[in-house]
Amino acid sequence: MSGEPLTRVAALGGIYSNHQALRVAIDDARERGAQVIICLGDLGAFGPSPDKSAAILREEGIPVVRGNYDDSIARGLEDCQCGYTDPRDNHYARISYEYTLANTSSEHREWMSDFPHHIRFRMGAGPEALAVLAFHGSPRRMNEFLWETTTPTHFLQGLAAGHGADVLLGTHTGIHWSRPLGRGRWYVNAGALGRPANDGRREVWYTLLEFQDGHLEPHFVPVSYDVEALADEMLDEGLPDEFIETIRSGWWTTCLEVLPGKERARGRW
Amino acid sequence: MARVELAVVDDSPAVELEALDQLWFQVAGTVCNLRCKHCFISCAPDNHSFWFMTREQVAEALSQSTELGVKEYYFTGGEPFMNREMEAILADTLEVGPATVLTNATLMPPRRARRLARLNAGSIYTLELRVSLDGITREMNDAIRGEGAFDRCVEGVRRLVEEGFLPIITCMRSWPEDETEDYLEGFRSLLAEVGYHRPRIKILPPLLMGEEAKRTRGYDETEQVTHEMLHGFDLSQLLCTRARLVTARGVYACPILLESPSARLGDTLEEAAGRPARLRESACYTCYLSGAICSNTSSSAGSDR
Repeated sequence: MSGEPLTRVAALGGIYSNHQALRVAIDDARERGAQVIICLGDLGAFGPSPDKSAAILREEGIPVVRGNYDDSIARGLEDCQCGYTDPRDNHYARISYEYTLANTSSEHREWMSDFPHHIRFRMGAGPEALAVLAFHGSPRRMNEFLWETTTPTHFLQGLAAGHGADVLLGTHTGIHWSRPLGRGRWYVNAGALGRPANDGRREVWYTLLEFQDGHLEPHFVPVSYDVEALADEMLDEGLPDEFIETIRSGWWTTCLEVLPGKERARGRW
Repeated sequence: MARVELAVVDDSPAVELEALDQLWFQVAGTVCNLRCKHCFISCAPDNHSFWFMTREQVAEALSQSTELGVKEYYFTGGEPFMNREMEAILADTLEVGPATVLTNATLMPPRRARRLARLNAGSIYTLELRVSLDGITREMNDAIRGEGAFDRCVEGVRRLVEEGFLPIITCMRSWPEDETEDYLEGFRSLLAEVGYHRPRIKILPPLLMGEEAKRTRGYDETEQVTHEMLHGFDLSQLLCTRARLVTARGVYACPILLESPSARLGDTLEEAAGRPARLRESACYTCYLSGAICSNTSSSAGSDR
């Protein structure tokens, strides 16, 4: 990532095999002038035909950070390393993982095995430039959840300082949020492109980092895509009705146990 | 005649603190309004071996905790709401991070539930109430937690739910493991009756110590963590690699080992954070098998493999 200083970068959170939204988001980010698009990992899970998303990302040459799902699929582990304990959540996580593992080509698995845990880049130029550290869950652990209501500011400041970063950029939770950390620094959770943000809206989200006048601003961009086309494909692939309900309603129906009380209370289930 | 001294060598495995992610407070000491038959530290109205923490003591630890990078705060006892300063302590805590209270919910008049909701709404962090309920019927629960505990607890849950909380109902498993799904269904029906339609339920394995050792059985001598067992084991599953417990007198390796003198790691948080915890107690064996049972699920994702 050299050449012109970066002032506009798009970050795509968990794709979860939602190739419909991925296609729209990439085109949208380009239209908005993103110089670089990066993906923060978790290509598979939840949605249909995982090879389709992988093919789009490879064609577009989009660098990908290793998510726990990619790590598991690449290495053929027995589960997705999401760490659920609730039996119902585990039931759906297993369906999703077994489907994704069985439907990801060996070529794509090999490609995934090279995903780095971190990607570093700078935004802006000169003394005001900011060091961005992109990762999946947290800089210290690929599958650590950093929820808005359970992550103290001092904790994030410590992570940033400890990893030599001004901007921490991650995903993993599936709900986008950001918080300024003082002196121009930020934590940004890009949310997920794969499924809605448990807010009753059908759109999914990606993040545009914009560097202007010496400051960074994260913008969360809603993405409208062909939900019904994805739903039809999920149905054809035999994926659970509960997953289809989520993309149609905008409310999470599974994997709810890991949500903190406040985030859970904002949802329907 | 020469004196022969027999040095006692502690050969138990020692683990360092990896990161102080969780700070626990023994905020009510060992004082509880109930006298449960399975309590692993035998808390009771007249157990004063550990006294209440003051708001100042908690505030001091909170202030140190931000430097130490703590991610979550947990409050236990005894019954935390026996501490008259509990709500003020929670207000202080919610200014710096998320707070979880382990409560029996029997001291939950409507005005307290309302004040807690206000505290929660006023913070960017979450306030979690983790409510201990040990049965799906009055008979089952009260046989363990004492007469009247069931009705008062269920009423407390109703009030919390009415105020918008989604309390985490925790229950010590007192049935064979393969019957858990039936009991979960029982809890779901019971909680639906008080308007709690999407309950968060956490089933905990029994800790065979304190009152529970008398009620069922104690650990046998093979139930110990050995050096060999730690080969290839994910240490982050052990709470003592990620947490410390502050009490009114000293800082401990974990909330379960309050009564084990060897688990007392120092007078101050800084001191205790710098010292390894020894896995010498049989309760460590349960933690080894079950993994971080004390944490909320939102923070207890399995670590990378």
